[in-house]
Amino acid sequence: MKRFAQLLELLALTPSRNRKLEALTDYFRTTPDPDRGFALAVLTGALTFKNVKPAVLKDIVLREVDPYLFGLSYDYVGDLGETIALIWPHHGGSGDLPSLTDMIELFNTTGKAELPRLIADLLTRAEINERWALVKLATGSLRIGISARLAKTALAEMSGKDLQEIEEVWHGLKLPYAELFRWLDGEAERPDIDHAARFHPLMLSNPIDEEKDITKLDPADFSAEWKWDGIRVQLVMGSGPASLFSRTGDDIAPAFPDLVDNVFGEAVLDGELLVGQDLQPAPFNDLQQRLNRKTASAKHLKDYPAFMRVYDMLFDGREDIRPLPWTERRARLEAWFARNPQTRLDLSELLSFSSWEELAALRRHGADALGHEGVMLKLRASPYLPGRPKGLWFKWKRDPNVVDAVLMYAQRGHGKRSSFYSDFTFGVWKGNEIVPIGKAYFGFTDEELRQLDKWVRTHTIQAYGPVREVRKELVLEIAFDSAQESARHKSGVALRFPRINRIRWDKPAGEAATLADMQIFLAAS
Amino acid sequence: MSLIDRHLHIARIDTFIDPVSPQKRAIITHGHADHARSGHGQVLATPDTIAIMKVRYGEDCAGSFQELPFGQSVEIDDVRVTLYPAGHILGSAQVLLEHRGERIVVTGDYKRLPDRTAQPFELVPCELLVTEATFGLPVFQHPDPAHETGRLLRSLAEHPDRAHLIGCYALGKAQRVISLLREAGYDAPIYLHGAMVRLCALYEARGIALGDLRPALDLPKSALAGQIVIAPPSAIKDRWSRRLPDPVLCVASGWMSVKQRARQSLVELPLVISDHADWNELRATIADTGARTVWVTHGREDALVYHCRQQGLAAEPLSIQGYEEGGEDED
Repeated sequence: MKRFAQLLELLALTPSRNRKLEALTDYFRTTPDPDRGFALAVLTGALTFKNVKPAVLKDIVLREVDPYLFGLSYDYVGDLGETIALIWPHHGGSGDLPSLTDMIELFNTTGKAELPRLIADLLTRAEINERWALVKLATGSLRIGISARLAKTALAEMSGKDLQEIEEVWHGLKLPYAELFRWLDGEAERPDIDHAARFHPLMLSNPIDEEKDITKLDPADFSAEWKWDGIRVQLVMGSGPASLFSRTGDDIAPAFPDLVDNVFGEAVLDGELLVGQDLQPAPFNDLQQRLNRKTASAKHLKDYPAFMRVYDMLFDGREDIRPLPWTERRARLEAWFARNPQTRLDLSELLSFSSWEELAALRRHGADALGHEGVMLKLRASPYLPGRPKGLWFKWKRDPNVVDAVLMYAQRGHGKRSSFYSDFTFGVWKGNEIVPIGKAYFGFTDEELRQLDKWVRTHTIQAYGPVREVRKELVLEIAFDSAQESARHKSGVALRFPRINRIRWDKPAGEAATLADMQIFLAAS
Repeated sequence: MSLIDRHLHIARIDTFIDPVSPQKRAIITHGHADHARSGHGQVLATPDTIAIMKVRYGEDCAGSFQELPFGQSVEIDDVRVTLYPAGHILGSAQVLLEHRGERIVVTGDYKRLPDRTAQPFELVPCELLVTEATFGLPVFQHPDPAHETGRLLRSLAEHPDRAHLIGCYALGKAQRVISLLREAGYDAPIYLHGAMVRLCALYEARGIALGDLRPALDLPKSALAGQIVIAPPSAIKDRWSRRLPDPVLCVASGWMSVKQRARQSLVELPLVISDHADWNELRATIADTGARTVWVTHGREDALVYHCRQQGLAAEPLSIQGYEEGGEDED
């Protein structure tokens, strides 16, 4: 446990991504099985305990610490796990804790009645850093700023295997990943895993440049659909329970039982997660109520039932159809729907058009009358390729212009918002750095403001008087009327009338817009 | 009517303890800026504290100085004033006031752990205790400082190509950290930011050996690889630190026990080294003095006031203006 605690601490405190990667690689290389497998599970959030929960830990602590004093301390520290670790009043100190594997085994096998004594004993025996790691392990909330992807990248670095290949086998693996490590160590073949449980990297689109692209493209080569205003998901249905993956490969199925428990057939489907009664999409805000949660409440299930609007098929049954052209995949998808009637899935309808002018008119009408975000264009002849290949899929968003930018700085507002961080500076990528393109102070609801304020407080890296610089991790969808060249901004771009259209909690910062993307808007104005 | 009021003003002799604005007469517990200000008429303090004030603010930073060594008393009208060591920094004192048999102690900032750079804390029994509460929450349980220097020395050995840059307050904490390193057997040169030099020299002049100290100026970058450099917290993320080879940012402070906090300030190696009493020491001291009434100031008063009342003591928070945010730098 000592080694694992040291790793966690190093990951939490080292700002450099490369050093984190180095530490992870070193840990995986030098730690024996099954400890390293369990550590991998903890780091990727794949481990949960039936009986060990944050509330249980809190109860154990409240037997020893006055609740009022605990409350004041929690307010100050702001992190439940860390409060518990710091406030525990009994210190044995020698730190002879069981190994990570034994600890997990203890958590899994100890009955509810015995658990408080076991955990109290462990907390007392731990030295300070182990106590912190122990509580992090038990509460399941690490908050140390590393992603599952970084852990997998370390596996790739350690073994020389391709990250994408690791991602592909990942979701079919069982704890503590013995066969994965045997493969990575070069001692066994790549695990042959039922595709039903794994995530397949998504195919992504590029924004269309109306002047440059459209004139060159033949409308007959493309199909068009509405751009749905939900979040991109992949539904994987096999022999076991279905998995639902976010665009980054996190399994979010536990939060959407209404969807995953009510799908029928075998396939891997690509589509949009939406909420709404009778398969009618409700505004994104409604969907937002259900995002970033581990489970769904009965009220949410009733008020915001989830469904998926499907637009592509990667596997038909067990057959990998990604190499087939879109036209054939679509035909397979429609045939599959005919064979497997669904209540929580429907097909994304195709828009019929014969010229770009006609589609442009449709797009405007869709935006004005139906509130659609825009249209998606897909090359009929294209296979399904992971990543963001050029020239195959396009998104053609409605006016006003929107851009996905990264939050950089926040400043406290005034008046009614005086205690809130409500003025936000955001930027886009220029090579490896983010350069500011504007500032917005509205567009969000009061509830979103509270969430943003909280996010800012927990992600501050530096304060300059009233301004806080935050970790470059949160994507904001910024709507604006036009963009102009500006010598005043480092980016050379200034936005007119920018407002925060939406907070993209789901989108990784790496996928935010680049300065090159902004050129399109400059050309348009 | 007590001898002393909530602004730590002793009306009978018109004297304030650690006033935040210039006063005719002041008793100063120790040299940190939120306790010792310039511009008072008469200052009563320990010889070390007076020396520190003169170095920081100039020879004429008060109208006149009266040195009062530890354990000696001075009578001002019918009030007897005695200073006892508080163990916080060099010269730091607790103030005992006696008047018609009533005993009042104002602790100033204090700690009870051994520290070669400060005269060791002495317990002073009293009826009314005015205590600090910088770390007045049960989450603050300071580890053994030797454990923290051990972590620093291990990290130093693991990264021979990087400098270790320790952010700490120039008065007290810097000398404590140096002294702890020397106690741990580290006798290599320690490099100093310019802001540290005068106060380290003062400590040495007053008999506290700090070993081989050198200015961190005018050295090739590579010379500082594998070395320890000490700078004020404000300098560690400043351009100043760019002269160092890939520095490991360390901050030595009681606040560093909260990892999320260290993480937010991009501190890679937090060293939990504090010159204040932690929660357990605060509670033990309150009990040990036998005080029936406790006034709590300078920090997180709520929790300590609550604790005292749970123990059946009369307790109240003092919210002395100018103390609000001051503590965090000087810990």
